[in-house]
Amino acid sequence: MTSNATQCLVRMYEDHHSLEDYQGGIPRWCNGCGDNAILAAVQRLCRDEDLRPEKTVFVSGIGCSSRFPHYMKTYGFHGIHGRALPIAEGVKLARPDLHVFVNTGDGDNCSIGAAHWIHAIRYNMNLTMLLHDNHIYGLTKKQVSPTSPLGTKSNTTPRGAYLDALNPLTVTLGVQNVSFVAQAVDWIPEVLYQIVSAAFHHKGFSFVRVIQRCPEFLPKMFDAYVNDTQRTLLLTHEDGLQLSPTIGRLYRNQLQHDPSDIDRAREISSSDDPIPVGILYRNPAVPCYEDVRNAALQRTPEMVRAGLESEFDKFTVWPDGQQPAA
Amino acid sequence: MNATRAIDATADASRGTTTATKEATVLEQHVVEIVSDSGEGAQRCGQSLGSIAARMGNGVWTVEIIPAEIQPPARSVAGASGNRIRLGAGPVSNGGDEADLVVAFNEQVLIGRVRDGELKPGCMILLEEMWREHRDAEIRRLYAETVERLTGEGYRVIEIPMERECLKIVSDARKGKNMFALGMLCSIYSLDTELGREQVAYALRKKDKRVIEANQRLLDAGFAWAEENLDFKYRIPAVKATEPQIVVNGNTALALGVLASGMEICAMYPITPATSVSHYLSDVFEKVGGIVHQAEDEIAAATFTLGASYAGKCAVTVTSGPGYSLKQEAIGLAVMAEIPMVIINVQRGGPSTGQPTKAEQGDLLTVCYGSHGDAPKVVLAPSGIEDCFYSVITARKIAETFNMVVVVLSDSSLATAQTPFPRPVFSEEWLAPPIDQSPVPEGAKPYDWDEFTGLFRRFMPGQANGMHTITGLAHDRSSRVAYDPATNEEGLRHRSLKLAALQKTLTTPPVFGDEEGDLLLVGWGSTKGAIEESVTRLRAEGYRVSSLHLTFLQPMPSGIGKVMRRFGRVMTIENNWSDRLQDDIIDESNRRYSALAWMLRARFLIDIDCWSESRGRPLKPGAICREIRSRLPEPTETEA
Repeated sequence: MTSNATQCLVRMYEDHHSLEDYQGGIPRWCNGCGDNAILAAVQRLCRDEDLRPEKTVFVSGIGCSSRFPHYMKTYGFHGIHGRALPIAEGVKLARPDLHVFVNTGDGDNCSIGAAHWIHAIRYNMNLTMLLHDNHIYGLTKKQVSPTSPLGTKSNTTPRGAYLDALNPLTVTLGVQNVSFVAQAVDWIPEVLYQIVSAAFHHKGFSFVRVIQRCPEFLPKMFDAYVNDTQRTLLLTHEDGLQLSPTIGRLYRNQLQHDPSDIDRAREISSSDDPIPVGILYRNPAVPCYEDVRNAALQRTPEMVRAGLESEFDKFTVWPDGQQPAA
Repeated sequence: MNATRAIDATADASRGTTTATKEATVLEQHVVEIVSDSGEGAQRCGQSLGSIAARMGNGVWTVEIIPAEIQPPARSVAGASGNRIRLGAGPVSNGGDEADLVVAFNEQVLIGRVRDGELKPGCMILLEEMWREHRDAEIRRLYAETVERLTGEGYRVIEIPMERECLKIVSDARKGKNMFALGMLCSIYSLDTELGREQVAYALRKKDKRVIEANQRLLDAGFAWAEENLDFKYRIPAVKATEPQIVVNGNTALALGVLASGMEICAMYPITPATSVSHYLSDVFEKVGGIVHQAEDEIAAATFTLGASYAGKCAVTVTSGPGYSLKQEAIGLAVMAEIPMVIINVQRGGPSTGQPTKAEQGDLLTVCYGSHGDAPKVVLAPSGIEDCFYSVITARKIAETFNMVVVVLSDSSLATAQTPFPRPVFSEEWLAPPIDQSPVPEGAKPYDWDEFTGLFRRFMPGQANGMHTITGLAHDRSSRVAYDPATNEEGLRHRSLKLAALQKTLTTPPVFGDEEGDLLLVGWGSTKGAIEESVTRLRAEGYRVSSLHLTFLQPMPSGIGKVMRRFGRVMTIENNWSDRLQDDIIDESNRRYSALAWMLRARFLIDIDCWSESRGRPLKPGAICREIRSRLPEPTETEA
């Protein structure tokens, strides 16, 4: 056995990771796709937090965003449409020691997987979820998504979307046990990074909606927001975002918002113009399901044997004279 | 004509000596039913009877009679709730034929059982008589009419003042009549009342002591009443076991199997008749560090299981047909990404909501061939209660060794059925090995398929150098997405080879009866007991019939074809739908066969026939015998 000191030395030597250590396959996303910005922020987070690649798992569903795990050099689980969350929950319950991230899109999470989204908030497992929200189905070639604004023209709504868009923030903030809600935009990478980092450090289910551009199918959707900094509302607070001088100068539309105030968070998040960016809500006191269920317990064969024998005892018909004393 | 009345106790001059003079008729076996409205405790009465008889050393098979509703209207024909108990001198492997004796708390639930053909002609009926004097004229009329009709049809109806007798002891007879009935049955079947009292105390162990004592008095009262007033008594010889026996139902056996397999996570969503597996597991799993996760839906239960299996030890999900359908996409993912997974499917009547509480073997084809694309998976079907326990252990082992989905296909007829089996002796080999966290050798690939068997050793999160992303997309040995034709076929080939590799390890199941003959019956899953009993009866009559029972349905063991070819004819016996040739438009070109018959015909190119029922109940050996007799020439003297 090596001493603790030796282990620390070895760990320092072995575990210092560079960005390249987290870079998997070469991304196949379109040029200008917002997914690239999210990937860059997450790889930077992994490096800065020095996450051990073998102890880190990215779980995704199906869609452009869900290719994400393939581009990380960690463990990854590219699942099926809509089901990233329950897969990630299974991973976390089996292995609370792993860092588990979830990458999902607006179709994946807010449409086919919507039921899981509601319940993931209730379970409040220690997962970092990134909702890549580009307001459109990309991989299946431009169909309307639940977050497409009213009137969005797509292949299934050639005369414009019939319904008003679903607001993932207000939905999330409306569910019992919500513990972390934030919003970022792909075109302010520095703030995106800060938010992803805050989400990672929150113990509980961190819900981050990243509004991202789809240059292929909705090329102009966010131009007005990108060009007019007044249409982004930056939420700042000593317990939330602290802006760098550069960002502070560039984005003048700012609001002090205390992330512990859920009512205010709901109010702010109901606006989509200006787009609120920052940490809307955080409550570290909500218990995590894996802790409630005591998932970290170490099981031994002896435990199984003892448990099984005592269950067998309950159901045993003993031959005469063989019944053990109670 | 009036029903046979019980001997009037007050008029019996020899009262007090009745017990001594009543000669017990010795029986080989008997089928008893206890039926009541929901909530009157008939199920507890029946289970207790089974337990007492088992402790006496009788062979016992009990099965619940369950209405679909929680509280169907009182006195309704479809609302029968209760238990069927088959008692035998030797081991009992199935619920048997129609009932020989029925205890009914009202005549309406009885009508339901008669209508369903569950009573033997001339069956003895012990019927609560309070309805004869009921204040509602309509109820009085219905009761009197029914008694008269059943008597006219040849049933021996004995009217019994259960309510009146119970009221001498308790103020609410609804909460005690079942124990009075149990006492009567103890007398009728010459069972030990001391064991009866112990059983009452056990069944009510969570209740107040006074409640237990009152119930024991009811039991004694029922016993005494029957001793004094009934003119018959039976005895089924018992041989006490020399080894400890376990008495649990099929669903509890499955749950114990989960415990014993070393699996640690069960994700499920409530569905009848599978849920009681999870009920029991929820109660005890945490003792061994296990977790039952009630997911938000069937899909979440399946994908949660996959996540847990992927990251650690193989996990299990428990469901029934409709839930299984919802899991099919996740099963495809498990097949493609080669994640071990155990799925327990306790089948019920289908399609759709079908008959949730009733028995059917309707899911065989969907579990063997379901999901999408080419999705090979392992399917095994326990053939009895004991098998339910061991098949989960086997399933976990196969799932983890082969990185495959393994379906354990039970059904409603095992779910609530109980029969004793030898207490298992714990073995550490049942358990899953610890999660491998050793570093992966440099350059090793996550899907390093063995050329011969398709097997590989999976890398788990936590293993250094093993980082890769598993995916439901076609992929190469490095788990990189690959759409080229050669890689696609490479993956398909290796995933398919695993089934063949498993098949090579399986042995041909033994033939029950002679190794050759006129007719071979082939069955699978829960019907084993009924089929083998019918073979025994038919062979005693001189028929050259044998049977073969399959536990592994996919892959099927080798050697089955050879066995089948040694018989003049082969047919499957199944509890599911098959078209009947009597229907005018059904012929060989369009007939839809029973599930196993389809599979065997396709695999072995033998003209395999089938006989099946879909009556929502376990197959009866007598019904199988009748069918076989109608198909074979009568045996000649010399053969017999």
